[in-house]
Amino acid sequence: MISKLVANTAAALADVPDGATVMIGGFGTAGQPMELIDALLEQGAKDLTIINNNAGNGTTGLAALLGAGRVRKIICSFPRQVDSQIFDGLYRSGKLELELVPQGNLAERIRAAGAGIGAFFTPTGYGTPLAEGKETREINGRQYVLEYPLHADYALIKADRGDRWGNLVYRKTARNFGPIMASAARVAVAQVRQIAELGELDPETVVTPGIFVKRVVQIDAAPAAKEPQ
Amino acid sequence: MSSKLTRDQIAARVAQDIPEGAYVNLGIGLPTLVANHLPVDREVILHTENGMLGMGPAPAKGLEDYDLINAGKQPVTELPGCSFFHHADSFAMMRGGHLDICVLGAFQVSQHGDLANWHTGAPDAIPAVGGAMDLATGAKDVFVMMELLTREGQSKLVAECTYPLTGMRCVSRVYTDVAVFDIRNGKVTVIDMFGGMTADELLRLTGLPLNFSR
Repeated sequence: MISKLVANTAAALADVPDGATVMIGGFGTAGQPMELIDALLEQGAKDLTIINNNAGNGTTGLAALLGAGRVRKIICSFPRQVDSQIFDGLYRSGKLELELVPQGNLAERIRAAGAGIGAFFTPTGYGTPLAEGKETREINGRQYVLEYPLHADYALIKADRGDRWGNLVYRKTARNFGPIMASAARVAVAQVRQIAELGELDPETVVTPGIFVKRVVQIDAAPAAKEPQ
Repeated sequence: MSSKLTRDQIAARVAQDIPEGAYVNLGIGLPTLVANHLPVDREVILHTENGMLGMGPAPAKGLEDYDLINAGKQPVTELPGCSFFHHADSFAMMRGGHLDICVLGAFQVSQHGDLANWHTGAPDAIPAVGGAMDLATGAKDVFVMMELLTREGQSKLVAECTYPLTGMRCVSRVYTDVAVFDIRNGKVTVIDMFGGMTADELLRLTGLPLNFSR
């Protein structure tokens, strides 16, 4: 019998090695797998490359992982926030490498990795500092920039419900990067609010089919993300 | 001068030019004001980059749901007919040319329609780009909303941008506190002026070869 259900977050992340590339879902706190990030902090892997839309808020979650010196490089679109002081300090002191990517290119690079695309031409960023040094091409009179996929060893994502095959449904705008990150990582780990019996999720509404998910762990928490501090 | 438009009045002027049935993305900051000025009888569908079409206004106090937020990470509401989708689909809506209009703020816009709105280029600044480049490049029409002059009195509509670019030749309209500029085929045409602004004064303030529609 297939069961991707894992007892707890520690078991879900026990094998993350030093130097791993880890995608973390979420846009701000919506869809941010806070308990999995806490488990990664506890687990101790270091020299990590993190892929996330932002670079941490306040002093918890991703910000705490950065603050503990466990991250070598972050790939994101919007690190600067009113409460991104931990990132700001590390970046200014040169202790953290930043690869800044326009948000749509970030999403498409993740999608491309999951879809087996070798590279793609996108108009976004052409003629700007973020395309400097990149290959460009004119196609049908329009200018494009060559971008490569972003693969990961692990993806930590948050969904609303999941079953033992790894099928997932999400909640409102907390979906954001979850589905594409699940497809782009060798091991996608989903924390869910509730485990559904196999067959209970309407197959017409499954958002992430279980083939993209390796581990599912239930977190007892309120359905909605907490208000950012 | 007291005759300049306020930010709310600029937002109302932008809203006038958003037609029934348009799919629209309002950038964070100043452009979000536009939503308050769309007539209630006009169906305009708002897109937010973090994965929603049919976004409604802020919820009543106490009804906030932080799984339901906009690009500025503020709580919003669902309108009948709304939908959710993941990030790659959300940006396909921009890049694929499905979004009719986006409204963005700007540091500078050039006479060719180049946009600079993400980075001042200051060496100690923390860079952050978000969805600005995708919106600028992808939406069918890019409207910019800004005050014409900096605090130091310099025109933000310029011959060439000096700040790092967000997108090249992408802006079609610039709505300011003193005039509305239409940018097409490398030509800047003034289509509206407010509060006693004159052609001579606009030519002096911008130093650009402007055309006037009236």
